Amino acid sequence: MTAAPRHFVTPRALVEALVGNGVTHVPYLPDSEHAATYDLLKDHPSIRLVRIAREGEALAIAAGLVAGGKRPLPMIQNTGFFESGDSIRGFGLAKEALPMVIAIGYRGWVAEGEMRDTAAVYTEPILKAWGIPYRTIAADSDLYLLARAFEEAERTQRLNAVLLVEDEHYASTQGR
Amino acid sequence: MTAAMIDVDELCREVAKHRGEAIVIACQTARRAWHRASSRPELDVHFRGVMGKGSSLALGLALAVPDRQVIVLDGDGSLLMNLGSLASIADAAPGNLCLIALENGVYAGTGGQKVPGAGTVSFAGFARAAGFRAVASFDRPEELRQAIEPLLRATGPAFATVKTAPVPGGEEVQDELPSMQRCLVALRGYLSRADRPLGDDRKL
Repeated sequence: MTAAPRHFVTPRALVEALVGNGVTHVPYLPDSEHAATYDLLKDHPSIRLVRIAREGEALAIAAGLVAGGKRPLPMIQNTGFFESGDSIRGFGLAKEALPMVIAIGYRGWVAEGEMRDTAAVYTEPILKAWGIPYRTIAADSDLYLLARAFEEAERTQRLNAVLLVEDEHYASTQGR
Repeated sequence: MTAAMIDVDELCREVAKHRGEAIVIACQTARRAWHRASSRPELDVHFRGVMGKGSSLALGLALAVPDRQVIVLDGDGSLLMNLGSLASIADAAPGNLCLIALENGVYAGTGGQKVPGAGTVSFAGFARAAGFRAVASFDRPEELRQAIEPLLRATGPAFATVKTAPVPGGEEVQDELPSMQRCLVALRGYLSRADRPLGDDRKL
């Protein structure tokens, strides 16, 4: 019997991918589905977790880190991405911009069928409307896409995004 | 009796006098006065818009370049839009960050409308409660002249609120100053050269 595919990224593999990509700082507002990632990052020896009070701070802090020669990966949920609109516009969409990658938790994503959570429904259309290139990381085997996002950000000197699929089984228990 | 206030140009001249090699982020009302006062444009970021995120940008810079001071000249309206950043800054506790809030009580950029809590909110109280290590308030020029250098040299995060007079006529929507994004791209290039360890040239 074949095990059902898991459609989410495990925290340990994600943190290993951050290390492999040379990430130095993670401005982070935890969401319930990625709480374990927070636990792995809070005392990490090579990655500094920067706790934030609201998602709109994440890209501003990341811009300062990039200007100072570091490689941050701000991590926020798609709901926080909506809240961060003016920071995304101001720091990520200007004609002259910094090479940055933002990781967005894809709350509400489902592998098959219709997405019902409006957080998920509007995530990709908004990224497309803003012209932000993105890749969806739905399983540990997709984590190589993080390197692609950093490469593209450096090549284009623009903002790039990765969508991190959350544990749909957990989400389903939360009534989403 | 009229409350004492400090002229924005005078504030900027005092900060410029003692900045050394510090990066300065000048937000909103402070931008033009800072442009007039600064003799190190390669270390300046003229910041406008983005809903008060100058303090957050300063946090990122301060964490990235811990051996260099980062000063942000913020506005009271801007700080109110991003008040949580005080907690984020205090939590990260960069010793090289100094946030100076220009408290003029109005949104100068949109015509001088009063900010909520003008005259009653204590910005120094917010900063102290958030956990800033050094906190000061200035409303008289002589206090500023005496205390600004020690504040800039203090182990941060440091905070000062400075009562300033609204700039007449507010702030024009467009002006001649370089954009925030252009400043950040240029600053990145400058820091990558200036903060390179001595002797690195041989490796290039």
